[in-house]
Amino acid sequence: MKEIVCKLLVIGAGPGGYICAIRAGQLGVDTVIVEAGKAGGTCLNIGCIPSKALIHAAEEFDKVRHMSSASDVLGISVEQPKLDLAQTVRWKDGIVGRLNSGVLGLLRKAKVKIVHGPARFRDGKTVEVETETGTQVIRAETVVIATGSEPVELPSLPFGGPVISSTEALSLTTVPKRLVVVGGGYIGLELGTAFAKMGAEVTVVEATPQILPQYDAELVKPVAKRLAELGVQVLTDTKAKGLSGQGDALLIETADGREQSLPADRILVTVGRRPRTEGWGLEELDLDRAGRFIRIDDRCRTSMRGVHAIGDVTGEPMLAHRAMAQGEMVAEIVAGRKRSWDKRSIPAVCFTDPEIVTAGLSPDEARDQGLEVRIGQFPFTANGRAMTTQSEDGFVRVVARADTNLVLGLQAVGAGISELSSAFSLALEMGARLEDIAGTIHAHPTRSEGLQEAALKALGHALHI
Amino acid sequence: MGEFVIKMPDVGEGVAEAELVEWHVKPGDPVREDMVLAAVMTDKATVEIPSPVDGTVLWLGAEVGDTVAVKAPLLRIEIAGEGEPVAAESPAVAEPAAKAEAKEPRTEPVKPQPAAVAPARSAPAEPVAPEARKPAERPVPREPAERPLASPAVRLRAQEAGIDLRQVTGTGPAGRIGHDDLDQFLARGPQPAIAPTGLARKTATEEIKVTGMRRRIAEKMRLSASRIPHITYVEEVDVTDLEDLRATMNDGRKPDQPKLTILPLLMRAMVKTLGEQPDVNATFDDDAGIVTRYAAVHIGIATQTPAGLIVPVVRHAEARSVWDSAAELARLAEAARNGTAAREELSGSTITITSLGALGGIVTTPIINHPEVAIVGVNKIAIRPVWDGTQFVPRKIMNLSSSFDHRIVDGWNAAVFVQRIKTLLETPALIFIEG
Repeated sequence: MKEIVCKLLVIGAGPGGYICAIRAGQLGVDTVIVEAGKAGGTCLNIGCIPSKALIHAAEEFDKVRHMSSASDVLGISVEQPKLDLAQTVRWKDGIVGRLNSGVLGLLRKAKVKIVHGPARFRDGKTVEVETETGTQVIRAETVVIATGSEPVELPSLPFGGPVISSTEALSLTTVPKRLVVVGGGYIGLELGTAFAKMGAEVTVVEATPQILPQYDAELVKPVAKRLAELGVQVLTDTKAKGLSGQGDALLIETADGREQSLPADRILVTVGRRPRTEGWGLEELDLDRAGRFIRIDDRCRTSMRGVHAIGDVTGEPMLAHRAMAQGEMVAEIVAGRKRSWDKRSIPAVCFTDPEIVTAGLSPDEARDQGLEVRIGQFPFTANGRAMTTQSEDGFVRVVARADTNLVLGLQAVGAGISELSSAFSLALEMGARLEDIAGTIHAHPTRSEGLQEAALKALGHALHI
Repeated sequence: MGEFVIKMPDVGEGVAEAELVEWHVKPGDPVREDMVLAAVMTDKATVEIPSPVDGTVLWLGAEVGDTVAVKAPLLRIEIAGEGEPVAAESPAVAEPAAKAEAKEPRTEPVKPQPAAVAPARSAPAEPVAPEARKPAERPVPREPAERPLASPAVRLRAQEAGIDLRQVTGTGPAGRIGHDDLDQFLARGPQPAIAPTGLARKTATEEIKVTGMRRRIAEKMRLSASRIPHITYVEEVDVTDLEDLRATMNDGRKPDQPKLTILPLLMRAMVKTLGEQPDVNATFDDDAGIVTRYAAVHIGIATQTPAGLIVPVVRHAEARSVWDSAAELARLAEAARNGTAAREELSGSTITITSLGALGGIVTTPIINHPEVAIVGVNKIAIRPVWDGTQFVPRKIMNLSSSFDHRIVDGWNAAVFVQRIKTLLETPALIFIEG
């Protein structure tokens, strides 16, 4: 097979890789992208997108199920609804397929050459790809590693049989009767909530004292309340020990040291993700590491000249939008532009019920940096839009410097609140002060008014509380 | 609408004019009562000019660097209501800079700072409405580790222009850097780019307006160097015995008493020599063609201060003992460094000593302190081998580098003056013998 020689080679067509390749193509850089699976990576195929599809279907089903109970306050009555999960999954696969071909189309439009198959480094400039038609050697001036991450397996609970990862959970065609989720992080809770709404009996097993340990207790409280309403049993300070003999139960050790057996049809293990650093010849490059991750600088350069790395393989937070921003930046650097990582915040959203969105510093993080802060918090119980959509749980919170009122962080928990993330990020990137948010007209009646009110509250003159 | 004229206030007794060193406002800016409008500098201190009224600045009467006479109009402010056609001069004179920090302004969230001092890390302590940004609000300096506050568009522009935003002063709320700030930064010429690794060419230039103290020093030096034909004469002096004497004299001192340096001894030697050569202890008014000789010996001591070179004067050195001279020297140096020296302590010398001794150096070419006719420079004492007729012996040797106005002092006379001082310093007992 004839060697391909190019200016830029991107390994992995996830959100980081494909954005990098598209942007490089736009800028006239001769670019090749290699992907072993389907374009779009974890996010599009087995992560963000399919999980949101499933969560949406579960929410709709749950709503209708509630209407079918005799006492629906809205006065709607329906017959007992039924869920055909196999159809739901087909619908989800349809969306994923549309996005797959969308990404490929965008890559082609940007004149990026796509090579399918697993890649392996021969050296820092040369990669071999096992394609269907044979080994393809690609030589590039610059290589971008965007190999992503994969679910972590528990040694005591290897994937297989009833033990599944998020990938399998997104393709189940029947709702398991009893689902045990090991790991109370955002992936486990998002999926656990969805299955509970679809009718499964869900138990969450979390080893630490709190579910969603990366968030503060105030933000988690409305989520915990809703889980209880949905009948989800949450066991904190509890360790998963392994599968029972028959494989129909999970053995656990509770906080007080007692061993217990949790009957389960499926056991979903969501205890985190690890960078994908094996199987593609990283050992040939001997790149510096930062823990398990590849070490990068503020231009996403690795310790080897001409080799960049972006996305989950480079560290936390493992989020698609971080990878995309890195990919865009690296493409522009390769095209000769001066760029370096100067983002002020990477927002994070947790699609539980209600949703949690955070950007910038939490009150405790700000205080840990020795900053004096003022905090404003506005509850949705005082928001008209929240009342009229039957979802008054949650709040918006703003954290600002006490001396300059510079906004340091924004957090919110509430139904549909993920859409506020754009306002949060924009405020932080633009260097807004409390007065800027307070002085901006927010449309009424919307949940976004909570942001303005939180800023007013921090300034000491909230209008609706 | 009325108009209010602020005139240059009387900034101190005997001061007829002051140099404008900083404007805090520009025409069109709103001002509030007590807000600092400008800073002016006299020989003694920097003085801030506060606004006595609320209003809008209409006109500025001088540019930074201009010298403005006392009572001359400084700026005009448009005020609501009647106005005072006979406009007042600025009624309130701000505290001199040295005390200004202690003064707590009433309406300004940011403390006015003396012009020469970098703004302190202070910021509005209370919420300020976004539109209420004060023109005199000083940019909030950032802590080094803090990331510069700027929108993504500004950051991108800075990256493309190779500007490190940490070097840019933000004038927006909370020190935010805007496009205007970048424009200003760019207008000041290319700055060193974000340093790549290794050696790199630097092409930056920086224009600094010479104002205040620096400008007065520059003028004085130009005057001296352009008008006075200097002759510089360097001689080495064996100060071994003088140093022994000094050590002995210091031995008897209690820990709380000041120790003697070499300067008071040199001053005594000069007083004695000048009695014999009054033509060196003189000033020359070359416009009038008159040399004034002085019976008194007022010795100026060139002193480096944080603000620059100034010359406090030990008056009537002829009437001061060695210890008295030492005490006066110490007091003046201290006063000069902390800016409390009075005007008369900074003028009226008849001859000057300049000493870079502590820094080393074997020869200097001192510039005469115009309109004087002589300056004596002291170089570092070093132990050197000296041939005593039979062998080399270690001796403490100090060079004197002295300049004279060759129009008044002939080379011969200059040499005689220095040789006489050398004799006195090498046999220090002679300094103390009367007659």
